[in-house]
Amino acid sequence: MADQSSPVARRLQTVKNIIIVLSGKGGVGKSSVSTQLALNLHASSPTAKVGILDVDLTGPSIPRMLGLDGHGVHQSSSGWVPVYADGPEARLACMSVGFLLKNKGDSVVWRGPKKNGMIRQFLSDVRWGELDYLVIDTPPGTSDEHLSLLEHMAPVHSRLSAVIVTTPQAVALMDAMKCLSFTRAVNLPILGLIENMSGYVCPCCGEISNVFSTGGGEEMARREELRFLGSLPVDTELVTLLDAAEPEKEGSVREGILQQYSSTSSAKLFKKIVERMVEQLG
Amino acid sequence: MIAVPSPEEGPNPLSVPANTPEHCPGTESELAGKSDACNGCANQEICASNIPKDPDPSLPLITERMTSVKRKILVLSGKGGVGKSTFTAQLGWAFAADDRTQVGIMDVDICGPSIPTILGIANEQVHASSSGWSPVFVQDNFAVMSVGFMLPSSRDAVMWRGPKKNGLISQFLKDVDWGDLDYLVVDTPPGTSDEHLSIVQYLKDSGIDGAVVITTPQEVAIQDVRREINFCRKVGIKMLGLVENMSGFVCPRCKTESQIFKPSTGGAKKLAEDMGIELLGSVPLDPRIGKSADYGVSFLDEYPDSPATTAYLDIIDRIKEILGD
Repeated sequence: MADQSSPVARRLQTVKNIIIVLSGKGGVGKSSVSTQLALNLHASSPTAKVGILDVDLTGPSIPRMLGLDGHGVHQSSSGWVPVYADGPEARLACMSVGFLLKNKGDSVVWRGPKKNGMIRQFLSDVRWGELDYLVIDTPPGTSDEHLSLLEHMAPVHSRLSAVIVTTPQAVALMDAMKCLSFTRAVNLPILGLIENMSGYVCPCCGEISNVFSTGGGEEMARREELRFLGSLPVDTELVTLLDAAEPEKEGSVREGILQQYSSTSSAKLFKKIVERMVEQLG
Repeated sequence: MIAVPSPEEGPNPLSVPANTPEHCPGTESELAGKSDACNGCANQEICASNIPKDPDPSLPLITERMTSVKRKILVLSGKGGVGKSTFTAQLGWAFAADDRTQVGIMDVDICGPSIPTILGIANEQVHASSSGWSPVFVQDNFAVMSVGFMLPSSRDAVMWRGPKKNGLISQFLKDVDWGDLDYLVVDTPPGTSDEHLSIVQYLKDSGIDGAVVITTPQEVAIQDVRREINFCRKVGIKMLGLVENMSGFVCPRCKTESQIFKPSTGGAKKLAEDMGIELLGSVPLDPRIGKSADYGVSFLDEYPDSPATTAYLDIIDRIKEILGD
């Protein structure tokens, strides 16, 4: 059995639940779902402590989405200090390779072993403190990052669970299916499936267009006996909110992302999704 | 679960051998054999010695195989889901529309191969012959190779780390009987990692004619694409230009165009200006593009009157022009 005294196990001792966001396919909204999941969990109780870890090393999007572009990570005697999206309240901690780059255009060109090392450091060296939930955003695929995550977190396997995100079209569902096969192979419990980009409402006439088809995720959930957590239409307000964050100066936090998010229509839909997830975590 | 039939010779571990320690700097690195991680590694001595490394034995074979390929084009994007595979497929179909032109598509997205579905050949299989693996043909002059043809079921996940992926890519280049090709279009996975480094390294001697970079208008995508362009610069790949996908959506009812993915920081136009590369064109979001991909039919042939078709064809003409064909 895995070593309970490994640095990762020790560091994650104070984390109650770890939720991995997976998809197989790229660009289906993993990072947007991870961000929303973290924001909703944060809002679920005035004392909830949430962490979000971005292990998409060659394409980190979380800093941008949380309005934390341009922030850096500080080293303390007890490890790396994460960046807090809610400022001094410090209930929403965030860590990403994006914080380690000098310039946001810098490319991280790493092969597997280096990615593996970085992930191990993220898991063992970040001073998360007490967390109710740690949300982990992953890159597309089922490769190095995913295998490394599972390998390093083997000692805390009992606290792991995953959410699969897909868009409704067949090409994305196929990759989601591969992703599901992966979770089964590594024995990772699935909280359910989220269908993203399910329909787009024309801002002019209100007509709903199924830009990327619709219903495929729900269908897949039924076929594979997964819990269907809900579908999210394309919400331009949300796209704009998560995209528009202006790069901030070191140390400052963009005001109001938490408030602004809570007023979007996606927030209301997502609240239900989070409730369905949390009740399974017990 | 790791379902790809093991090829005759095992995959060829490249710059990072399979039995490396976790922080292996890579055998090509200046730190090879000298970093802390190298202590205790079986290969430490070989790496630390300054003997020039043996070139990868598959390189000459790849170079030989590629002598019959006139143009090699990479389709890249740092971000996933922006339409790389869809664009690759349209490029293939458009090139192959002229039946004197021989076209090949190589899908190096090992963990999420979409090309077989998009081209409507998802149930085909690869056969071995004396001259190598024979690719799957969409039509007489259009050959395709993808890991998707090698899986027993499309449900199977390929859970491979870098070195195994690199091994398969090397085999796609050296063991596939491509024949004489006018164009080989390589579809890549998102990111800047093993697959990208390997394809560049393997094709170094044969020469890559250029890369087409795909993006969508929003800053979250642009950020990743900027990284990809920097990657191309680092490794010396010529940029053919940038394509903006999902740029604007025309409501089928009221015909009003709206921006689903807003170019909050200026979109592809600004990116192209900043990076000094050409914006080849913008393709509007047409739900029929995704539908055609799901059904594996050519969007260009099915919907010749769509503004997206015109945009695609203009871009493809421009690419040919840049290549001088």
